[in-house]
Amino acid sequence: MDINRIDQIIDRHNCEASSLIQVLLEIQSENHWLPKQALERISERLEVPLSRIQHIATFYKAFSLVPKGRHEIHICMGTACHVRGAQNILSAVEDLTGIKPGETDLDLKFSLETVNCLGCCALGPVMDVNGQIHGNLAPADTEEALKKYE
Amino acid sequence: MSKILLKIDGKEIEAEEGMTLLEAARDGGIEIPALCHHEKLEPYGACRICTVEAEKNGRSKLVVSCVYPVEKGLNVTTRSEKIDRVRKTILELLLSHAPDSEKLLELAAEYGANKDRFEKEPSFCVHCGLCVRYCAEIKGKFAVGFINRGSRREINFLPELAAAECWKCKECFPLCPTSALQAAFVFTEAQFSETPAFETDSGNKY
Repeated sequence: MDINRIDQIIDRHNCEASSLIQVLLEIQSENHWLPKQALERISERLEVPLSRIQHIATFYKAFSLVPKGRHEIHICMGTACHVRGAQNILSAVEDLTGIKPGETDLDLKFSLETVNCLGCCALGPVMDVNGQIHGNLAPADTEEALKKYE
Repeated sequence: MSKILLKIDGKEIEAEEGMTLLEAARDGGIEIPALCHHEKLEPYGACRICTVEAEKNGRSKLVVSCVYPVEKGLNVTTRSEKIDRVRKTILELLLSHAPDSEKLLELAAEYGANKDRFEKEPSFCVHCGLCVRYCAEIKGKFAVGFINRGSRREINFLPELAAAECWKCKECFPLCPTSALQAAFVFTEAQFSETPAFETDSGNKY
């Protein structure tokens, strides 16, 4: 990620240490992960020790310190989705993308995660890609659903 | 500063406002065991070993003395069957993380804690935060910090900072109630000397 872009984000928050999490969130959403250079720059500009930033960045699951794909797939494994066959959806997606939960593929196209509930149990089994919900899925539908993401 | 009168183990103690029960007790010559307490550092309340019973208006509750501020008319008991039982269980839980810690074993002998009661998961760190807080509050270097959360929380040195600062300091080493800190440092050191380019090291958090 471009250092000037990081500076822009920091400037927008007036270099305030209290905006640390906001800054991290913006970089995470633009870049999909937090490179070390970015953390060092934030530490320098916001005057927050690097160890504290690391503590926060590893505390919240929203942040990633390793590269993530352009598209983030979340598959719901909650009770309702589970009884409606979430495991089959997960296996189908694993086969399609070639990655397991927590992993990212080599072209940085997809990252796969399982989650415990997306809050729309009536649509189960549910898959969420970049915040877009795909509900009432059958394992065979996943290929069609993932096709449109480049 | 106004004086506050309270009773600890039946002894009248005069304390200053803003003091914690632990400080007041130690000033009055009453010893309460504590692992995460350090007089130079802010109260933290991580280890819970210093749990005591505080009674006010006929109601008593278990409080953590190193973070509980003194109150007027408080009647504190630092040793009873109930407290011993609580401390024994806390020690057993801590021992499942650090079964060989001498400080813990000493306390375990006193409170009759069985170090094999819980399944062992020796991370050797009991998360007292002494090293992290000492480095931040006293030294102002922030070379060691916590990472992750919950059951996966651990201490972590920042390799570049540690290489520059820790060599000549190492003041946090004797503070550690287990030996996890030294181990973490040696581990960081070994990693650092093998692979100077940390971005390429998959074992590292970056």
